[in-house]
Amino acid sequence: MLLAVLSGFLLAFVAPWLARAAGRYSGWLLALLPAGLTFWFASFLPEVAAHGSILFEYPWVPGLDVGLTFYLDGLSLLFALLISGIGTFIVIYAGGYLADHPDLRRFYVVILAFMASMLGLVLSSNLIALFVFWELTSITSYLLIGFDHEDEKARKAALQGLIVTVGGGLALMAGFVLLAMAGGSYELAELLHEGDAIRDHALYLPLLLLILFGAFTKSAQVPFHFWLPNAMAAPTPVSAYLHSATMVKAGVYLLARLNPSLGGTDAWLLLLSLFGALTMFTGAVMAIRSTGVKRMLAYSTVMALGTLTLLIGLGTPTAAAAAVTFLLAHSLYKGALFLIAGILDHETGCKDFRDLGGLRGKLPVTAAVAALAALSLAGILPLFGFVAKELLFESVIGAPWIVVAPVTLLALASAVLIVAAAAVVGIRPYFGPTVPTPKHPHEAPPALLAGPVTLAALGLLFGLYPALAEHQILAAAARAVHGAPVELNLALWHGFNLPLLMSLVSLGLGLWVFSRWEFVRARFDRHLEPRERFGPERGYELFMEGIVRISDWQTRLLQNGYLRYYILTIVITLVALTGYTLLTRYPVVPTPNLAGIEIHLLAVALMTVLAALFAIITHSRLGAVALLGAVGFGVALVFILFSAPDVGITQVLVETLTVILLVLVIFRLPGMYALSRPRARYRDSGVAVALGGLLVWLLLLIQETRFFPSISAYFIENSQPLAHGRNIVNVILVDFRALDTLGEITVLALAAVGVYAMIKLRAEDRQK
Amino acid sequence: MKTQMNSLILRTTGHFLLPLLLIFSIFLLLRGHDEPGGGFIAGLVAAAAIALYLFSMGIKSARQVLWVDPRNLFGIGLTLAVLSGVPAIFYGQAFFTSQWWPIYLPPFGTLKLSTPLFFDIGVYLVVVGSVLTIVLTLAEAEG
Repeated sequence: MLLAVLSGFLLAFVAPWLARAAGRYSGWLLALLPAGLTFWFASFLPEVAAHGSILFEYPWVPGLDVGLTFYLDGLSLLFALLISGIGTFIVIYAGGYLADHPDLRRFYVVILAFMASMLGLVLSSNLIALFVFWELTSITSYLLIGFDHEDEKARKAALQGLIVTVGGGLALMAGFVLLAMAGGSYELAELLHEGDAIRDHALYLPLLLLILFGAFTKSAQVPFHFWLPNAMAAPTPVSAYLHSATMVKAGVYLLARLNPSLGGTDAWLLLLSLFGALTMFTGAVMAIRSTGVKRMLAYSTVMALGTLTLLIGLGTPTAAAAAVTFLLAHSLYKGALFLIAGILDHETGCKDFRDLGGLRGKLPVTAAVAALAALSLAGILPLFGFVAKELLFESVIGAPWIVVAPVTLLALASAVLIVAAAAVVGIRPYFGPTVPTPKHPHEAPPALLAGPVTLAALGLLFGLYPALAEHQILAAAARAVHGAPVELNLALWHGFNLPLLMSLVSLGLGLWVFSRWEFVRARFDRHLEPRERFGPERGYELFMEGIVRISDWQTRLLQNGYLRYYILTIVITLVALTGYTLLTRYPVVPTPNLAGIEIHLLAVALMTVLAALFAIITHSRLGAVALLGAVGFGVALVFILFSAPDVGITQVLVETLTVILLVLVIFRLPGMYALSRPRARYRDSGVAVALGGLLVWLLLLIQETRFFPSISAYFIENSQPLAHGRNIVNVILVDFRALDTLGEITVLALAAVGVYAMIKLRAEDRQK
Repeated sequence: MKTQMNSLILRTTGHFLLPLLLIFSIFLLLRGHDEPGGGFIAGLVAAAAIALYLFSMGIKSARQVLWVDPRNLFGIGLTLAVLSGVPAIFYGQAFFTSQWWPIYLPPFGTLKLSTPLFFDIGVYLVVVGSVLTIVLTLAEAEG
């Protein structure tokens, strides 16, 4: 299982070389991995259908009790199959679609890494691991939206998607931590059984809101839906894969996954069903208003995501069944439709429905596949979309009374608009008068057709034999969402009932809307356009402008470029924080114990203090440097007198090198005039005395009080037997505390790089 | 900037002191595990030795005597330090658990070959590289 999740990353590393070797067939070659994964995951179908779930465990950070655990049940298996199955066709498709693109190999790297991250996300049982994969999908999505990095619009859309989803990710992480506190575990497999404890916990509402914030941003729920249509700047295979079939469903996955732990409360019901219904309706309205092929599909995806959130929120067994059925149906037809949108663009060079028409003669296969997928989108017999739509209507009618009226109305209205949108998608480009296009269209090559044909055919197959999907996977998935076994009874024909009536109404009204598409669009535009200035996207822009302004202000305040102010800030902060802690927790005045101090120690101390005093009042810079050196040597002498030779030697050497460095820069400094006004000098001396006083006080306190048992005994005892060394200081540095030392030498190296860059860049600037 | 000092004494001693100080620094590095010394101190000694040479002979000679750019030294040192943590993984232990392979060399005694020794050499290289990068950059900077 670990290998299955990570294999995508491994292949991503070598993908550029493999793709170069395979030339034109690179897509087919690289697709072997997702195809293999699909079959491997499919081999678990019988076991999951029979037992419900399988747990895989691998140690990861045993010291922190973080493990890599993978949880395979109906829900995660359904997602894993969709990710690897659709991924297979996406990789094949990309090989044809981007064949002439100079960055095709880079594309393979990112898309394979994305696939692996997404698999990790849906299979992880550990919340930390899940979060890491979650963020990885956001990052790979960023790279893919901005794939055409020379296009400013693509870069902006990529950044927008990243900020919205990663912003949600931050909230999600906080939510996960609270969830683990409430449920007593970081393992989903255990949290699923802690539902009652979590729901009764005092932290339930905050953790719910945080997790919902994360899930809603990822799954483009109102008011965060705006990033998804903009993400269509990505190449079409990406839109089909990330922004329709898989990544945007991560939020929905999380909600479905946590339903047994968090669901069933009023807050859950109200928040999910109302936000979901609102998103569903917004998506449907915006879809019918769009004329761009991909934009319309993107908004209909928003609608689908809203529908899924709504269904998960309702919490009834029927709704759970409807959610998984709709999820599968949507991935099949929307994946196909996006890929067809790519074919249309590839063959004709047009991206807008108004520029397309009469293509059925030129692109017969594409037209047929588009018709099948559009029928499923509209929810018409005998396709799988119909089964899903019937279940959707059945769920909203049977919703808890508190939300039944709004969700039923919104569901019906959305269905009407989506039927119209499906008609635009399935009919408009292929029928009617032929419109001249920039490119001369031919039927697409097999690499482009393989995906849409298979996906649409599966939609038809599952429509004709819904029991096939039910017994293989959907029953297990619905059970995972609901937390208890669910009766699905999927069938095409349920007899004449209310859902069927609603279906017929939506079909009739939808076709009427399609016939008057231009009119309806103009109507919507007239009412909505003036209000768009105040929409959520405007809010995002204002937020970003505000961040720039605040960071500008705080950079000027903190990074002012004057070393003296930096030191002042650091010292004042140190004195204030440490002093406050000391005053509030240890308000004792220590009594210095002067007994036993020998005369030579006093002499060293006196010499050091005198050197420091002269360093302050001297008028020669070289003198100040030498006096500071004397202070350092005095301190080194103290170390040696107290038998810490290593520290003493280090101190001597550091002092020597400091003098060398100061000599090197001293000629560059302005003369040693009185650079500061008397007031500033009084302030500085006050700060300096405060720091000195604080340190004296602290040292005396440490002498009097043992705050915790000293660790030196352990080092003294174990230095020889465990680390084979007699020099304890060195043993601590290179063995007991090697990781700390590694951090310190890294800082040292970075400081050298910093000095080098600063001086060299300044020199280059001056040459210009 | 003119860093070379026109002092005959300094120039004469620079020639003799440099090899002595470098050998001394390696001595400090190797004995560090049992006696005062170690990578950090040894690195500072070596850096100070080169700095002394820089002042007596000038930048060009100092660069020649180094024969590697100090910027590469700290990169190599960091890599070596990190790598010294790796062998433990193959023994199924936590990263940075020390491994010992003592080698018995009859006339001299036993060489305590170990991962902490490699780590200490890494520290040594980072210290030499960083300090000399800073010193040389400052010395070469114009006006």
